Amino acid sequence: MSSQRIHTLDVTAQNLKSNARLSLKDQQLRTNMRSAMDSLISKRLISMPDEDERENLRELGNKIKASALSQLPDLLEQLESNLTKQGIQVHWASTTEEANAIVLNIAQARNAKQVIKGKSMVSEEMAMNEHLTEHGIEALESDMGEYIIQLDNEKPTHIIMPAIHKNAQQVGKLFESRLALPYTDDVDSLIQSARSILREKFFQADIGISGVNFAVAETGTLLLVENEGNGRMSTTVPPVHIAVTGIEKVVANLQDTVPLLSLLTRSALGQGITTYVNMISAPRQPDELDGPEEVHLVLLDNGRSQAFADSELRQTLNCIRCGACMNHCPVYTRIGGQAYGTVYPGPIGKIISPHLLGLENTPDHPSASSLCGACGEVCPVKIPIPALLRRLREENVKSPKQQPQIMAGQGSRYSNKEALLWKGWQAFNTKPLLYKTGTFLATRLGQFTPSKLGAWTQNHSAPKPAKRSLHELAKKHLEKKS
Amino acid sequence: MSAREKILASLRQSLEGTQPLADPFDASLVDKPWRYCPAERVTRLKELMTAVHSEVHLTRSAEWPQLLHELLTQRQINRLLTAPSTTHGQAFSAYCQIQDSSLKLLAYDRPIEEWKRELFDDVPASFTGTLAGIAATGTLVVQPSPAEPRLMSLVPPLHIALLKASQIYDNLYQAQQAWPRPMPSNLLLISGPSKTADIEQVLAYGAHGPKDLIVLLVEDA
Amino acid sequence: MSHLYYNAAPQETRVAKPRKAPRSYPTHKPAHIYLYGTCVVDLFFPEAGMDAIHLLEREGIQVNFPQAQSCCGQPAYTSGYTQQAKDVARSQLALLTEDWPLVVCSGSCAGMFREHYSDLFKDEPETLAQVTALAERTYELSEFLLKVCQVELTDQGEATQVALHTSCSARREMNTHLHARELLNQLTQVERLDHDHESECCGFGGTFSVRMPDISGAMVADKTQALQKSGAQQVVSADCGCLLNINGAFEKQNIPLLGQHLASFLWQRTQVKQEPNT
Ligand code: SF4
Repeated sequence: MSSQRIHTLDVTAQNLKSNARLSLKDQQLRTNMRSAMDSLISKRLISMPDEDERENLRELGNKIKASALSQLPDLLEQLESNLTKQGIQVHWASTTEEANAIVLNIAQARNAKQVIKGKSMVSEEMAMNEHLTEHGIEALESDMGEYIIQLDNEKPTHIIMPAIHKNAQQVGKLFESRLALPYTDDVDSLIQSARSILREKFFQADIGISGVNFAVAETGTLLLVENEGNGRMSTTVPPVHIAVTGIEKVVANLQDTVPLLSLLTRSALGQGITTYVNMISAPRQPDELDGPEEVHLVLLDNGRSQAFADSELRQTLNCIRCGACMNHCPVYTRIGGQAYGTVYPGPIGKIISPHLLGLENTPDHPSASSLCGACGEVCPVKIPIPALLRRLREENVKSPKQQPQIMAGQGSRYSNKEALLWKGWQAFNTKPLLYKTGTFLATRLGQFTPSKLGAWTQNHSAPKPAKRSLHELAKKHLEKKS
Repeated sequence: MSAREKILASLRQSLEGTQPLADPFDASLVDKPWRYCPAERVTRLKELMTAVHSEVHLTRSAEWPQLLHELLTQRQINRLLTAPSTTHGQAFSAYCQIQDSSLKLLAYDRPIEEWKRELFDDVPASFTGTLAGIAATGTLVVQPSPAEPRLMSLVPPLHIALLKASQIYDNLYQAQQAWPRPMPSNLLLISGPSKTADIEQVLAYGAHGPKDLIVLLVEDA
Repeated sequence: MSHLYYNAAPQETRVAKPRKAPRSYPTHKPAHIYLYGTCVVDLFFPEAGMDAIHLLEREGIQVNFPQAQSCCGQPAYTSGYTQQAKDVARSQLALLTEDWPLVVCSGSCAGMFREHYSDLFKDEPETLAQVTALAERTYELSEFLLKVCQVELTDQGEATQVALHTSCSARREMNTHLHARELLNQLTQVERLDHDHESECCGFGGTFSVRMPDISGAMVADKTQALQKSGAQQVVSADCGCLLNINGAFEKQNIPLLGQHLASFLWQRTQVKQEPNT
């Protein structure tokens, strides 16, 4: 089985199709994913039993995020000014390179050797670990799931549960080989082993890195949500805390976090609240005895302003990263997170990655969906994910030269041949004579349908057209009647 | 152009000719479904916190020091981190004195840098107050302070918190209305001991923070 | 706020479409309807279209079948060829000149008329008004039979067990699964069996099934197995796209089941068996 496991290095976003083919063969992965997703689905539903309560809250969540986006630049400035007043240093980065340079600068100024990380998907976007390591700084993940996959040299397969694709036996073997611990598949023992190793790392770390779930402009507050306590450790024990986040995470008021928090934790894990909600508004004050002396916030764009520029695609930025769309996605459930080759997998990954990486690097992401709508139905901030996927397909098959250019990599799946095919389809369906002739021939020659019809016959027997079309049958029938 | 200017300019350009949407906040949606009568608040908080592996003891203002002492003795814990400058810290230390207890009370009275090793390795339990409780989610609101710093509720394997029943709010929205403004440098919601389900979704307690959380819920306060 | 969704200034930040109130239905059966066969029914399941006609005629409704109808435009629309979809949609709109209800034999195509034409024509106020009115009188067949015709079916068949698959868009856009279940419930000798992950997609998704054959294949394989494991003797669906997918996979996998369109199933079950000599 492990021979089929896809390692980070082999996976790229351009190869979604072949990655998926490989993942689909991994029966262990299929079983692990299916049972994990089934359980997350039912937990969510149990925590949101009242349809009215749930749907009203989703509508509110959507409006709060939309309202924040409708004044995003103002809120960002308000956030910056409040944080600065309170002693938190704010940095802006257009690209992941810039963000990495900011983090490295802070680290080098402190002569830092070890960095401990709470969970942060934006730091994954930046490939921050690799960047710091290149500069001789150890970057260690402390979220249990992240720690496990870092040990195995993988990338997260789920934004909330990074190691969801592994079972306890697999983790036990990993700890045995990487940490020289006696093999066990007892989850408690595994967690306790990791706890004691990581405690020492928290103790030693020069810098703690975290993400941000909501940044509150009104009060200048960074709100972080977690269960393990590693987020609190990372943001409290080391003398320096650097939070990295996307520019879309800002909300106007503290009270806005009430519905969003409830939506986030229930959609993600079926929890009414997480064990910890950590609200940070300032570094250690003169009379305080702990907490970081320095707190930094790095605001990252990385393609978000491109999504923002189009009001339909802007809705992508409502996302509060709950992961519910992936939990409910029949494609994600089957291929797992790594096949996407992107930091964000699943439906949200398919709509956000093209902005982060360009369509040319994610050419199959918009197409890898049956548009079944399961994601849009559960998204707590009501992102119309299927509609956005469809829209991205449109951008993907446009001529690369067509103006205005909405997205980097526009037309990455443009093909003259395919465009012609659809023009033919259009003619066929708008010219009744053509349609009639076509269906006449198909029905009369149906027996000659080749048994191999490209991709279709990979999963199906060749379809045989009926002997008479409905047009003919209906005509005969209705004429007879009148 | 700096990254800041570039980002803000691009966002502003994308919003050209539009108005901010009105503030859509609707308190009734986050408040109404989560309201309880006073007795329910206590039972709900207890039920929810117990469900996530916390111990909640209903007690009274005259009795909690004794209860706390007993709980520690039962667990054979002989060192406790307390805040001597707080009223609850004083009450407990007074109780220990009268009882001539062998329990050693530690104080977080130096910057973390001066006793980090000891805090990490030699403090089995801590005792703090709370700012409030939240019935809807089974949550403690904890405001770290110079007397009770941030790590006090995080590093020791056992965290014991004192909560007054009168301080339990129905829901987060109501609790939030009473929070100090400006926001303190750190404010925490704690809803159980630390936990993880990162391996196969099997729940394991004591991930990175406390393995156990005990709430002394003072009913007559 | 609903007006903001489509008619807002192009740069206005969007809020989600508001939740739809439950649909209200006309209290009288109409004298006339348009039947929309859909391209897949036309070529692969014409008998389903004919059985739909029989069911509707039995309700005393005059069925009109515009001979120039072809396709609702969905394949191009979901593939990102919006302009081609729009042209085809326009040609179909031109056929539906009377304000008769439009009854569609396939759930996802009904959804195209009801939910997505307004997106296609959002920039053409006149056409938009026309498609909005059309959406109001567009029905998926089982919905129309149940809610508008209020059919009462008398089961004439042998006892049997069926599994029902509902297309995702029909389920989410029109509650077709509930309508189909109610219709099946009227058949006294028919027991409906649940299948594993019933609400999950069968993997068709139009061009998805040929663009991503591996993923689509894994989905349909799970679906066919779940249907088989349900123990049902028959599989029914109100969506021919799904049926094309599921039946093709049944055959490829040598599973001795064949999905039938709900219309055919209902019609056959409610036919009084003629004695040979009467
Ligand atoms: S798109 Fe919606 S469902 Fe998916 S992660 Fe974001 S908020 Fe959650």
